[in-house]
Amino acid sequence: MTASPSLLEVKDIRKHYGAIKAVDGVSLSVDPGEIVGVIGPNGSGKTTLFNSILGQIKPTSGNVEFCGEDITGMSPLQLSRRGVGRTFQTLQVFVKLSVRDNLIAAAQEFKGTMPSRLFAPPDAGLGYHADEMIELFRLKHVAHLPAGSLSYGQQKLIDIAMAFMPAPQLVLLDEPCAGVNPILVDELHDLLVNLNRTQGGSFVVIEHNMDFIMKLCAHVVCMVEGKVLAEGPPAEVQSNRQVLEAYLGN
Amino acid sequence: MGELIHLVVSGTATGAIYALAALGFTLLWQASNTVNFAQGEFVMLPAFMMLFFIGTLGTPLWLAFLLTCPVAMLLLGYTFKRVIVDPLIRHGVIPLVIATLGLAIGLKQLVKASVTAQAQPFDSAFPNGLLTMGTITVSYADVGTLLLAGMIVIGLQLFLNRTLTGRAMQAVAQNTEAAKVLGINVQRMVLYTFLINAVLAVVTALLITPTYLAKFDMGESIGLKAFYAAIIGGFNQARGALLGGVLVGVLENLTGAYVSAAYKEGVALLLFMIVIIVRPEGLLGKPEERKV
Amino acid sequence: MNRTRRAILVVALMVGALLPLFLKSYGIYLLTLLCVYLMPAFGLNLIVGYAGQMSIGQGAFYGIGAYIAALLMTKAGIPFWLVLPVAATSCFTIGLALGFPALRVQHHYLAFATLGFNVLVYLVMRNEEQLTGGTFGMSNIPRPSLFGYSFDGALPFFYLTYVSLLALGCVLWWLLRSPWGRAFAALRDNPIRAESTGVNITAYTLLAFAIGAACAGIGGAYLAALVNFIEPGQFGVSVSLTMLLAVIVGGSGRFFGPVLGSAIVILLPEWLRFLQDWYLTLFGFAVIVMMIFLPGGLLSFADRLKTRRRAP
Repeated sequence: MTASPSLLEVKDIRKHYGAIKAVDGVSLSVDPGEIVGVIGPNGSGKTTLFNSILGQIKPTSGNVEFCGEDITGMSPLQLSRRGVGRTFQTLQVFVKLSVRDNLIAAAQEFKGTMPSRLFAPPDAGLGYHADEMIELFRLKHVAHLPAGSLSYGQQKLIDIAMAFMPAPQLVLLDEPCAGVNPILVDELHDLLVNLNRTQGGSFVVIEHNMDFIMKLCAHVVCMVEGKVLAEGPPAEVQSNRQVLEAYLGN
Repeated sequence: MGELIHLVVSGTATGAIYALAALGFTLLWQASNTVNFAQGEFVMLPAFMMLFFIGTLGTPLWLAFLLTCPVAMLLLGYTFKRVIVDPLIRHGVIPLVIATLGLAIGLKQLVKASVTAQAQPFDSAFPNGLLTMGTITVSYADVGTLLLAGMIVIGLQLFLNRTLTGRAMQAVAQNTEAAKVLGINVQRMVLYTFLINAVLAVVTALLITPTYLAKFDMGESIGLKAFYAAIIGGFNQARGALLGGVLVGVLENLTGAYVSAAYKEGVALLLFMIVIIVRPEGLLGKPEERKV
Repeated sequence: MNRTRRAILVVALMVGALLPLFLKSYGIYLLTLLCVYLMPAFGLNLIVGYAGQMSIGQGAFYGIGAYIAALLMTKAGIPFWLVLPVAATSCFTIGLALGFPALRVQHHYLAFATLGFNVLVYLVMRNEEQLTGGTFGMSNIPRPSLFGYSFDGALPFFYLTYVSLLALGCVLWWLLRSPWGRAFAALRDNPIRAESTGVNITAYTLLAFAIGAACAGIGGAYLAALVNFIEPGQFGVSVSLTMLLAVIVGGSGRFFGPVLGSAIVILLPEWLRFLQDWYLTLFGFAVIVMMIFLPGGLLSFADRLKTRRRAP
């Protein structure tokens, strides 16, 4: 362990559904500014791990610490207030709101208090920031259209841009590349590197796209059947025999 | 003591009628996520159909009932599914809720405008009179209602559990996708559910109309109670509908007799409010986890 | 809002203001009734159209507002202008309480919970005779006056209601344009995402119900003053139901949706009187047809045409 305390500390998380052990004792730590990748075959418990960290489901045991504070079982609302953002595996945008409103909605609740927002300007003072983000994600030509009317890839971008709008300290990305075309995957990689540099936040990324993970992450965790099978630098994990077997089957 | 038993028995009988309508409700929900706000009107319409057969064609009640069943299956089962449910169900629960609200108003006003706004008497299927055993007195109608409702429920359970079609219907209700993969004709099974619901509505009409009288707005109360019964017992459990129905019927009777006749109507509501706050999945229901 | 729409709005407001001058007293009464009805309808649109909740209980708040106004004005002699904030805050508080089931259950459960609340309020109105007059209702409710000027006449009361409606509309417009409006919409479109982006869905859900109820409370007070006589039947479940359908038929989640929907519910039957009970029959079936072919409501028709043109 380094001297500087880690940003996120996941300690021995377990989530059991009856006899099924979706997550079975996973620990991991994320340092400030670090990008950690979580890989593993389908059904290895990655999303369940995410949902346990993010308060969407209650873990059976274990705890999660963020900035030294125990955040286990906190609601998504409390977590977002503490600077933990997320993207979703399935599209989760505000379908009837415009792209720009989606981005503003993702950050406005962190500005001022609820009563003060009643008297704030309609864009909550975030219009400029939203436009910057729209520029960065190349969504300008669709910025005024309802998010629900856009293509899958575009909605995926909105979803990711929303998570970064309030400049959170930690973002958990659940399969950002799923269903996204290869060109967009490259763009996404550049975007995330860019955001990591400018906003300085840490990311945890679940992903099946190996190239993407290998290029993006400094540290990779491979999960199989609810357990951590291997972790370390990408090249090391990639060449791990057990990991290869888990992916290719035996 | 005798009075209490009488109240409980007649409450159970009324509750059994609620349960029949509630059963249809839960079956529709399980099979196709349909929440039918016109369930009460689905009871009202057969009542008037039976009156039509009796009044215009001069058939006896039992024949009117038998003639009404296929008509109801066609109109309230098949047509309802094809014309209203099928086009709307993929847009989620709410558009269908709104459409069935519209249907409820439409059917109600249709009867009011084209038949009558007055309450019509409706003969009981059972003889008048009381059955006395020692200090306990119960009416033939209550006993008959309990027997008939019981037979229907048992018959339905046997059908659902013992026959191939019944089991296929349950499979569809539990997991539509898996049922499809297994080669079950999902649409047909869902249709069967709608047909069963229509028949249940006719039976409910047969049993409840003698007390409620046939009136265009008779469905408001019965529909509401059917839903409350379903929620109280557990929306995703057929047994829940039975428990909920009987609970509502008995408590209503007891409240009416011992607490306040004016607030009798509020009992189902109160029970419902307590249940959704304390145990939203219902007394016998299984919780449905929030999906991410 | 673009220039055409603004022009249409100005013209519509002018027509609304001038029309009563050319009408007989029954026509003025109907227009006033429409204005009164729009207050709870706007509130319901906030609950259903903007915050994405479900309510078949708006009529109960309409009734609570009306009964509070009637009681305070006839039995305690309190002037209308003091009664109005009492009606609004009472309904706000009760609406807040009714929002709690909405935190536990959604959609059709909520529909029935609010409907049940309406039944309960109706029972209280009907049964607590000493307070509410039971089925006989309450009569001789006075119209308001201001600085000695009485709004007794049909026209003065219309203009009072019209201006009050505009004021209420402006407040709601401003509220929905503020970040709150966006938070309500986020709650409606995707509560799970909303929560993870910091939207306090508990607070916004409760507030939607409370603000919507307060609008109905204000509307109820105006209704009591308009009709001078109230009884429980005016606030039954069917009233809530019709109001919900009016909002949806007009176009829920669109600011002016309730105006169109309420006109269909309040004014149209008067022109189509020869239809009698057939009017509601047609209305009911028309709702089904609309849900199948135009689920966004009548006001979404223009959008439908636009998207069709864009993507043939």
